[in-house]
Amino acid sequence: MSMLTIAMPKGRIFEEAAALMQEAGYKLPPELDESRKLIIEVPEENMRFFLAKPMDVATYVEHGVADIGIAGKDVLLEEERDVYEVLDLKISPCYLAVAGLPDTSLNEVAPRIATKYPTVASAYFREKGEQVEIIKLNGSIELAPLIGLSDRIVDIVSTGQTLRENGLVEYETIVGITSRLIVNPVSYRMKNEEISALVSRLTETIEEKAVQ
Amino acid sequence: MSKLLMFEKPVGMRDTLPHIYETKRKLKEAAEGAMRSWGYRFIETPALEYSETVGEASAILDRQLFKLLDQQGNTLVLRPDMTAPIARVAAAKLLKERVPLRLAYSANVYRAQQREGGRAAEFEQIGVEMIGDDTISADAEVIALLVSVMKQAGLEKFQISLGHIRFTDELFRQILGTEERSEQLRRFLYEKNYVGYREHVKNLPLSSIDKQRLLQFLSLSGSINCLDEAAKLVEGSAGAEALDELKTVFSRLQEYGVDQYVTFDLPLVSHMSYYTGLLFEVYADGVGAPVGNGGRYDDLLEKFGRPAGATGFGLRVDFLLEALEQLEDEAGVHCVLFSNERRLEAIQEAQKRRAAGECVLLQDVAGVKDVDKFTETCKSVTFFVGKATGGNA
Repeated sequence: MSMLTIAMPKGRIFEEAAALMQEAGYKLPPELDESRKLIIEVPEENMRFFLAKPMDVATYVEHGVADIGIAGKDVLLEEERDVYEVLDLKISPCYLAVAGLPDTSLNEVAPRIATKYPTVASAYFREKGEQVEIIKLNGSIELAPLIGLSDRIVDIVSTGQTLRENGLVEYETIVGITSRLIVNPVSYRMKNEEISALVSRLTETIEEKAVQ
Repeated sequence: MSKLLMFEKPVGMRDTLPHIYETKRKLKEAAEGAMRSWGYRFIETPALEYSETVGEASAILDRQLFKLLDQQGNTLVLRPDMTAPIARVAAAKLLKERVPLRLAYSANVYRAQQREGGRAAEFEQIGVEMIGDDTISADAEVIALLVSVMKQAGLEKFQISLGHIRFTDELFRQILGTEERSEQLRRFLYEKNYVGYREHVKNLPLSSIDKQRLLQFLSLSGSINCLDEAAKLVEGSAGAEALDELKTVFSRLQEYGVDQYVTFDLPLVSHMSYYTGLLFEVYADGVGAPVGNGGRYDDLLEKFGRPAGATGFGLRVDFLLEALEQLEDEAGVHCVLFSNERRLEAIQEAQKRRAAGECVLLQDVAGVKDVDKFTETCKSVTFFVGKATGGNA
């Protein structure tokens, strides 16, 4: 059996993803999250984990340096990587939404949209027939309408608290998001047995959780 | 755009430096040798073709084509693959001479890359096309040859996944009824989005049995046993025929002794509309993307006015190089270093060695600044320097 390399996303999704793996019976080392080590081997499971920025997980998997990854659907939509999306892990649910200051309309001349997701945002407005200017930001997207950089933002919303705290309201929901198990196309064939085993164990766990 | 630096190349274009060139040459020689020994004849076609003809007939998406205009205002494309140009030549000329036709190529193709500049936009493909033979024997031959090429190229750890688009189409047609709905589902497979496929199936107005059939289809991969599972999902003769073709091709590959490299993957959709029958992808250990693919494309030749069945494969030379774990050492060069007074001796020595098949460089010592550093790059050195008799180092 060859070793599986798994790219895990840092931050929000990580804990839920690790908990899911543990529920499925995988012995993950407890120090995975706090550890300063970038790569951690778990010989008893014949697995190797590394932590990456959530936006980069699909990149590692596409290039085949990770066989498997856990990534939000938002990342997959934005990055359009050539990977297999095999399983909806049903964790970290949230959605992509259009938000802005209350009671405002889009600037008629050149409405500006600030976002971390330029591909998704531009596709969404294009499909609606709106011509907009997309402004790529790397964080604190909520700031953009407050400071007057943009009319709207496109961002991830989970509870809506961040929006409320900043006095923003949601205008439209674009798409629901959960985390997905993604697989490199070559690993999917060359390590089919190991990956199928992982997928079926996780599928079982997810189905059990859905029933509860 | 900022001012270009003098050493820059257009995005996605690559240089091949000497030591990589050597490895690539050996790999290509081995692969080409295998193809030639199976009776395939090599051809070359121009790098530029008309967008309206070869460009449109090609399997490569329009947005990946490099386009330019000729003096008359026609849109040209840099060929994005070799299959369409070969179909053009075959239809126009070669099919009049001999059918079936066995052709091979080793050529650069061009595909504009949308993401990440570093990805190759020009790369070499090596492959074969078998035109005018509709039998399963032709499909089996092409796959067996593919295995032989991979082995000759020095690769051992690779795998070929086989699918059949007519099975997929038939199953979808039976359950969904319309081509439009089938295409939606096919697109999920093409995009490798199994989660989206499952979601989509769950929301279709179908009986739970039919939904189950569509969901089970996703798991039809692995050993030949999955074909028996597949047979339970589909009714009627068209689907069964496709499965028979897969079984037959597998038993032919057993006869060739190469079945250990082949597995099945029925949900494999490597192109939205190009392939018409058996299709396959090739994976090699250590490379993140398929190193090649192929299959039957019976509709292509018709576009060039001469309908004929065809099958073939193409391999990416750059990916094969990546799969080869080590690069060749640069072929050793022997250095004959001389000073002016012994030039004749040196030339004779070099000629003698060259005649014996060695690579020999002849270097005037006056032309070298740092003799030690220079000779370090050579396999061995003979000195004809000064008045003394020549010595080896």
